[in-house]
Amino acid sequence: MAGLELLSDQGYRLDGRKPSELRKVQARMGVFAQADGSAYIEQGNTKALAVVYGPHEVRGSRSKTLHDRAVINCQYSMATFSTAERKRRPHGDRKSSEMSLHLKQTFEAAVLTQLYPRSQIDIYVKILQSDGGNYSACVNAATLAVIDAGIPMRDYVCACSAGFVEDTPLADLCHAEESGGGTSLALALLPRSGQIALLQMDARLHQDHLDTLIEAAMTACKGLSDVLDSVVRQHLQEVSVLTRD
Amino acid sequence: MLKTKTFVKKTRSGGVMKIVREHYLRDDIWCGSEFCVECKQDSPVLQKEACIESNLCPFTHYLIPDTNVVLHQIDILEDPLIKNVIILQTVLQEVRHRSGPIYKRIKDIIHDAEKHFYTFTNEHHSETFIERLQAESANDRNDRAIRVAAKWYGEHLKNAPAAEELKIVLLTNDRGNKEKAEETGLIAHKCDEYVKSLIANPELVDRLALTSDDSNEITSSKLLFPEHLPLSKIQTGIKNNTFLQGTFRASRDNYLEATVFVHGEGEDSKEVLIQGLQNLNRAVHQDVVAVELLPRDQWVAPSSVVLQDEGPKDEDEADETETMLKSEASEAMLKPTGKVVGIIKRNWRPFCGMLSKSQIKEATRHLFTPADRRIPRIRVETRQAIALEGQRIMVAIDGWPKHSRYPNGHFVRNLGSAGDKETETEVLLLEHDVPHQAFSQAVLSFLPKMPWGITEEDMKKRLDLRQLCVCSVDPPGCTDIDDALHCRDLENGNLEVGVHIADVSHFIRPGNALDQEAASRGTTVYLCDKRIDMVPELLSSNLCSLRSNVDRFAFSCIWEVNHEAEILSTRFTKSVINSKASLTYAEAQMRIDDAHMNDDITRSLRGLNKLAKILKRKRIEKGALTLSSPEVRFHIDSETHDPIDLQTKELKETNSMVEEFMLLANISVAQKIYDEFSECALLRKHPAPPPSNYDILIKAAKSKNLEIHTDSAKALADSLDEAKLDGFSYLNTLLRILATRCMMQAVYFCSGMDSDFHHYGLASAIYTHFTSPIRRYADIIVHRLLAVAIGADCTYPDLMDKHKQSALCNNLNYRHKMSQYAQRASVAFHTQLFFKSRGNLNEDGFILFVRKNAIIILIPKFGLEGTVFFEHKDQKHSPSLTFNEEGPTLTVEKHTFSMFDKVKVTISLDASNIQHQKIRMALIEPVIPGVSVAAPVDGPVVKRPKLDR
Repeated sequence: MAGLELLSDQGYRLDGRKPSELRKVQARMGVFAQADGSAYIEQGNTKALAVVYGPHEVRGSRSKTLHDRAVINCQYSMATFSTAERKRRPHGDRKSSEMSLHLKQTFEAAVLTQLYPRSQIDIYVKILQSDGGNYSACVNAATLAVIDAGIPMRDYVCACSAGFVEDTPLADLCHAEESGGGTSLALALLPRSGQIALLQMDARLHQDHLDTLIEAAMTACKGLSDVLDSVVRQHLQEVSVLTRD
Repeated sequence: MLKTKTFVKKTRSGGVMKIVREHYLRDDIWCGSEFCVECKQDSPVLQKEACIESNLCPFTHYLIPDTNVVLHQIDILEDPLIKNVIILQTVLQEVRHRSGPIYKRIKDIIHDAEKHFYTFTNEHHSETFIERLQAESANDRNDRAIRVAAKWYGEHLKNAPAAEELKIVLLTNDRGNKEKAEETGLIAHKCDEYVKSLIANPELVDRLALTSDDSNEITSSKLLFPEHLPLSKIQTGIKNNTFLQGTFRASRDNYLEATVFVHGEGEDSKEVLIQGLQNLNRAVHQDVVAVELLPRDQWVAPSSVVLQDEGPKDEDEADETETMLKSEASEAMLKPTGKVVGIIKRNWRPFCGMLSKSQIKEATRHLFTPADRRIPRIRVETRQAIALEGQRIMVAIDGWPKHSRYPNGHFVRNLGSAGDKETETEVLLLEHDVPHQAFSQAVLSFLPKMPWGITEEDMKKRLDLRQLCVCSVDPPGCTDIDDALHCRDLENGNLEVGVHIADVSHFIRPGNALDQEAASRGTTVYLCDKRIDMVPELLSSNLCSLRSNVDRFAFSCIWEVNHEAEILSTRFTKSVINSKASLTYAEAQMRIDDAHMNDDITRSLRGLNKLAKILKRKRIEKGALTLSSPEVRFHIDSETHDPIDLQTKELKETNSMVEEFMLLANISVAQKIYDEFSECALLRKHPAPPPSNYDILIKAAKSKNLEIHTDSAKALADSLDEAKLDGFSYLNTLLRILATRCMMQAVYFCSGMDSDFHHYGLASAIYTHFTSPIRRYADIIVHRLLAVAIGADCTYPDLMDKHKQSALCNNLNYRHKMSQYAQRASVAFHTQLFFKSRGNLNEDGFILFVRKNAIIILIPKFGLEGTVFFEHKDQKHSPSLTFNEEGPTLTVEKHTFSMFDKVKVTISLDASNIQHQKIRMALIEPVIPGVSVAAPVDGPVVKRPKLDR
């Protein structure tokens, strides 16, 4: 039999989730002391680490400096051990620079960059284990890291992927679902205002389905933002306990 | 809702990879029983009155079958008697993995609300999920999972009120599994024990498939066949080229011979010959097998002997009288020969045929002879042999043990008595896989409500063409009229021609049950006395049919042309028309010819006819082929529905007139939809045949000193036109018939998946089907595409998906081919009926082909083809035969037959084999002593076989 049955007739996915359910999310903030901000997130088996430096003066070529806002510099990378086959992943290959660019666009939309003219904010993200939804894990981890660094943002940026199988939108795809054919879409949302920071989809999809798919991804993002919010509150509580007196 | 998560590790071969997947366990999976109060389910599937009366289980019970029971006894599960069954996810997954067709069937059962089958997702239930233990095989784990789930069900439902009586019954044929289940306190039965214990079923037992457990009893020590290799060995063998993978095709004429068609890329495809029972090694027609080539010195040539398996006298004794088919063949005739070493995929389906009753009166084992000669006989076990005698029945194969001469099977259903017109039609439809059951309620629910009328809303979107003088021209008795035409003079001196096609896509909306049913049927099948509709009759004969004097929706294609039939502009629009007349070809012809008639319709017809002639001339100049195939029509007795006369179809000028405009419309539409949707237009192509296909035609023409050029379609068309011989006017038709046989099949395809669009026969660069949406599904898709292209409709996802489109094309091509075969088979059957009532007839015929031991004769009067054999199995002395391949000619005694010779034959019906009644021809003229027969006296010597009532 070719392929996997991504959605059973009873409405369960490969791993037992219902179409709209997210994977289990676990996150921690402030994992590194040296960096200005850092966070670690697990979305199912996808694990990502994000580190933020800045805002600081523009390093390297001065010509990049912007006079009215901060420059956001993103770098995305994957660990050699992040997939089933060990593979060296040099910086600057097409896939990772595309991902870096997407991250940059996402955070330029969310961070209040105009508060820091002539400066630079660095966001480094690394995928430690990859099981689908790399982009969304990176965005979510980076959001937490930016918050940890105390850089003001319009809102959390939450990202989630969604796919389309047998006329049903599936939220938060795992690797098997992503590679099992069909369309997948990545969406980054500012949940409170409902503004879309980034929307990306490479596959073909009939326009009739696009709205339902975006709707499903947005619902998933809002779910995620609740989780992230509780993580931040929890972290603040812990930190404030430690720093009392 | 997520409770826990565990990891399941999987490894795949081919570079061992560790794959980690999440596996969520839930506590919101309900049991699906009406008893249960704990589970918060909306509509429980399993009933309270779950009682199948049984001696073994006299209490209310739910059944849980294990994987092998589902795989082997699906026929039992499909029976309406069996209800309230729990199908575990473990079982479903295993079935999916092991057999696609059975998975489809079990899913159909689950979807049938009447059957009360419930799928329990046990693998994700927090209490029934189990992890594989160390040193436990995957199969053992699954068996354990099934037992755990069954146990859970028992305990879960014990708590429910009023469910004290309820028990869970596990069905398994595995002895070990059964013992272990009983140890844990479950009720477990073997499937056959359970089925035999059922009270209300006399014939269900017959449907039990023989499992390998049972067949142990009849094991004879002798092994007849070599063992099949396991799949892993086959795969390595195929990888290093010691084995070849291909489709097994049994020979129709010789049960000891078959070919395996090895798929290769492009020209690499080849055929491997398999000869002898041992080498065939239990492969059945259409199986995918692995073959090993024999060393070159063991290669043989295909025998041209006709050999039928008559079966050994004592059915359990294997016949070893395997006469190897040694024929003294020249070196050049030798073909790669091989033997089957393993089966990669069985392609068994239920087969139609008849039971050959065992001679022993009380025996329950009988042999079944399928209607298709390529299928071996099947041993079945039944107690109703006497009732089934003389009936057409359906049998499924269960397996073919290596010590058994025949495969084992079980009875599926009775179709009716052999020779009956209804039964034979049913067999014919089943054998050709033509869906012919009545339309389901779900399908009918999408029909428009009657009385139906055109609303204001509809009119707004459509062009009103009701005032135009439109008429339709069709064969007599046609009720599904899908095209109508008009032609009128324009003020600027040009002509306006319109082709109006029934707007079926207005009524059949994408994706609904009606649409799916039509897509799966693909085409309407016309049998001699019956029509199997693609869409329900309300649409095909009423709302879509462009009948005269009623308003109907149409999709119109309107051209402005000048008097030289050059197209100046083309326009497509949805419209409303009102046909002024539905004419037959003959009526239309009469109107054109009758100089006194001068009404609008007649003038319109004359204009069309004139343009059609020009169009046809242009088309032929471009190199379109005019081919010919003998087509017959039966005159059917209106009461008995028996054929009373046979007649070849006559073609009138008006036939070609209608055809010409349909071609024009199809080509215009093809261009339009391709321009608009280059990736997903549904088109039709006709590939040019490889040059070697024409050999027979060239040889045949040469024997009459004519030359046929086959370099291009144009050359072929021209040389066919010139190939005429004085005093032998039928020769040209014969040549055209031969040329038709050389052609390839035209096929539908999706433009995004192919680059060669050419239609060879019509000499058109692009072509599609647009003009018959009532009877072809392809046309409906084309209508939808065109509607989008002109902005009259919107797209839907499947229409724009080239892979789905391409899958649809494959189905349409398959249905199309099968419907043609079914039509031919129907004509053959009616021809038999005709000759049965007529007795012997003497007719003139022409030799169409010359074979090694026979000549094939065409009777132009009936369009009938038959074979005259010069060798008979039972004849002591055969006439001396000399075959000359160059001619080709065949010299019998002293007379030489060559192609196209005129002969006289007597035609009769050979009913010696009830299942394969056939038309027999015997030679009368030329007279050859010992070969030809004396002309019997003409007249109705009616010899009715017993079966005819």
